[in-house]
Amino acid sequence: MTTDVLIIGSGGAGLSAALSAKEQGADVIVACKSLPNNAQTCMAQGGINASFDINEIDTHISDTLRSSHGLGSEQMTRTMCENSAIAIEWLASIGVPFSLDEKDNLAKRFMGGASQKRTYYAQDYTGLKILHTLYDNCLKNGVIFKNERLLLNLIVQDKTVQGATFLDITTGEIEAIYAKSVVIATGGYSTVYHGFTTNGIGSTGDGIASIIRAGGVASDLEFVQFHPTALKKSSILVSEAARGEGGYLVNSEGERFVNELAPRDEVARAITREINNGKGVFLDLRHLRREKLTELLPQEMKLCRLHEGIDMATELIPIKPAAHYTMGGIEVNDSLETRDIKGCFAVGECSNAHVHGANRLGGNSLLEIIALGRMAGINASKFEPKTTAKNQEQLLKDKHFISGVYNFTNQINFYEKREFLGKILYHNAGVIRNEIGLKGVLAAVRQMQKEFTFMGISDKSKDNNTNLVEFIEFGNTLEVVEMLLVGALHRTESRGAHYREDFNSENETFRSHSMFWKEDGVLCASFEEAK
Amino acid sequence: MIKIKRFDRKKEPNSVTMEYPITEGLNLLALFYKLKSTLDPSLSFTGVCRSGVCGSCSVMVNGKPTLACSYTPKSGDLIEPLDYHPVKRDLIVDKTKALHTLNQAQTWIHKTNNIPRDTQNLHRIERQSNCILCSSCFASCPVMAVNSDFLGPFALTRALRYTTDSLELQPLDTLTAIQQNGVWDCTLCGECTAVCPQGIDPKMDIMNMRSKSVQNGFDDPTLANMSFGFDFTQGF
Ligand SMILES: Cc1cc2nc3c(=O)[nH]c(=O)nc-3n(C[C@H](O)[C@H](O)[C@H](O)COP(=O)(O)OP(=O)(O)OC[C@H]3O[C@@H](n4cnc5c(N)ncnc54)[C@H](O)[C@@H]3O)c2cc1C
Ligand code: SF4
Ligand code: SF4
Repeated sequence: MTTDVLIIGSGGAGLSAALSAKEQGADVIVACKSLPNNAQTCMAQGGINASFDINEIDTHISDTLRSSHGLGSEQMTRTMCENSAIAIEWLASIGVPFSLDEKDNLAKRFMGGASQKRTYYAQDYTGLKILHTLYDNCLKNGVIFKNERLLLNLIVQDKTVQGATFLDITTGEIEAIYAKSVVIATGGYSTVYHGFTTNGIGSTGDGIASIIRAGGVASDLEFVQFHPTALKKSSILVSEAARGEGGYLVNSEGERFVNELAPRDEVARAITREINNGKGVFLDLRHLRREKLTELLPQEMKLCRLHEGIDMATELIPIKPAAHYTMGGIEVNDSLETRDIKGCFAVGECSNAHVHGANRLGGNSLLEIIALGRMAGINASKFEPKTTAKNQEQLLKDKHFISGVYNFTNQINFYEKREFLGKILYHNAGVIRNEIGLKGVLAAVRQMQKEFTFMGISDKSKDNNTNLVEFIEFGNTLEVVEMLLVGALHRTESRGAHYREDFNSENETFRSHSMFWKEDGVLCASFEEAK
Repeated sequence: MIKIKRFDRKKEPNSVTMEYPITEGLNLLALFYKLKSTLDPSLSFTGVCRSGVCGSCSVMVNGKPTLACSYTPKSGDLIEPLDYHPVKRDLIVDKTKALHTLNQAQTWIHKTNNIPRDTQNLHRIERQSNCILCSSCFASCPVMAVNSDFLGPFALTRALRYTTDSLELQPLDTLTAIQQNGVWDCTLCGECTAVCPQGIDPKMDIMNMRSKSVQNGFDDPTLANMSFGFDFTQGF
């Protein structure tokens, strides 16, 4: 199979790139591991940031850079903010039903960390409506979808991408899709914190792992944003609105212990300290009374009932912080091309375009996936490779690898390891970190890497094998987590979302990006000064 | 215990119903994941967001299409794959054909006039655009049993959403696309409305699409051979 632009991932980033590449006249294939509308972009409720005049753009840039704690690139942040109005207008013109204010203008609201109202929304369903509108437009414009294809590896020769290999989950066949250029848009890696994330099931950093295996570079993986209020059992997000409307945070002794409206990372740390001291933490909304809650937080009420068995009008809601957004990712330049692999672009949560730095501002990730997603599609469609060679080697290797997996001994249940890893990561490489804890988890991860071939799958069927899919995702998880831990260990300071209790302040020497790559299969890391 | 209907094309017999223990406090999707990781890794199903917006986890629970992530299993429940979708394996179904109805119905804006919507217009399309494409309505629709080419409820709801949108200059394109195997083939039984997890009312939307069709000069085949002689350019 051959195309001009191959896009991997059907979230907001992938579909925006697909549409803009198509507008340039390119043939486009979008491959994703589930169905297009299943991408996690559908989960975003809050909204998307945009700025319409010079003054708004300037404050948007300065808010974003402040939140990035020295790691945001002024150039890229400017590019994103300056293109934000165009992004919203484009979305509105292709049909996204944004909410309106009483004057029929697009309605906007405040989000945490913003000094101006700039978050546009479509009811509680901003991400859902954006994603589905993009999908409808892809159908209209003849974008070809290859659904239920799991990215295995990039096909790279002479440091230039030629396409990628996939497991066709339905048939179990391994196939190659060749392309003049590739856009990776596979989303973030919060789900490596298995059991402790607000994200969906498949956010395992597959694209990042594939870049590392292909000789590319990833960066800043230690920066993970934790949302303070996720439901205790299921880690489902309870939106910030619950505190915004006047909800209290209390511990099991019934005491309030933090200003509920302080920035996300501060609140998350305060909650984690309570939990580490053996206390439970609860969101208390009872004083708002049923009538008001039904009107203000209907979705939240439903989710609490369903996932926690809790009636928030009469009961305390048990909560915990959970991994929510990953700032690190595939290192790209200002054209979104990946470092060291030509013709390969990365955009969205999988990438590190240096627009979020050490902490993301709410509403900026939806903006990034649209504004930069469109840019990635244009740049990818303009890329002309020197040759149109189709290297078969990677395909053969991956066929060999997958058939090998069927013969792995399966003496160790990787599901148990996945759960264990999620737990120790959360407790030692989560909201509050220290050297001993990080070293311990790193040792455990390296052990799991050694044991990988003793794990394996017990479902030996070829077609529709989700046991195999999850096993490959776990392999990617181990790859990504190793980088996350190495970064967190070597960053002996606290900055943005990365908090070390043994080095609890910002250190100017670390105003730099952690960089990760592999040489002869061995992980290498260094710091590179931020621009 | 719950019963899950398993299906494997390569096994003989290819369909069996198996019993599994319930874990208190887990919704059905969480239970599937638990069973898969602790008891039987070959149990096959889909599920992504866990919170009712990605539309990937609908299954039949006691004959009714239901989002697994939003349902608390009860002893004796029978879980089966979605009706009217080819079964791939266990609870995984092939949604290709169902999703293709969106291409057939051309549910998008064909040509935009770039005049922003007003609140009134927005309210008329807001509920329809909450659709998560879970295909529950499709699986509940009795017409599928007799006419597998029927476009089905979610495509028709989406057709209403786009033809009603004041941004759309060419609503006739979508309207034309839903005359055959579309709005007139529905029996208005309301099954789709009863199962929609998003509170969407495809039956009502289909009724509205019928009036819209007639207003735009399409014949109502349920009133055999009666022509209303409307002008094609009127009505929007
Ligand atoms: C609960 C929640 C609420 C949020 N609210 C907001 C908000 O209000 N505002 C905001 O700005 N941001 C919000 N975010 C963040 C934002 O939604 C995401 O950062 C953004 O949607 C990511 O989009 P994406 O296109 O990069 O990736 P995704 O939407 O995650 O899409 C990734 C795609 O890649 C595919 N993929 C992954 N791996 C593979 C593979 N191996 N092979 C093939 N395909 C693969 C997936 O199938 C999917 O199609 C929220 C996030 C969550 C979890
Ligand atoms: S109302 Fe029409 S579309 Fe809905 S289930 Fe009944 S026949 Fe199908
Ligand atoms: S209309 Fe309702 S039931 Fe049908 S696909 Fe959409 S959300 Fe699901």
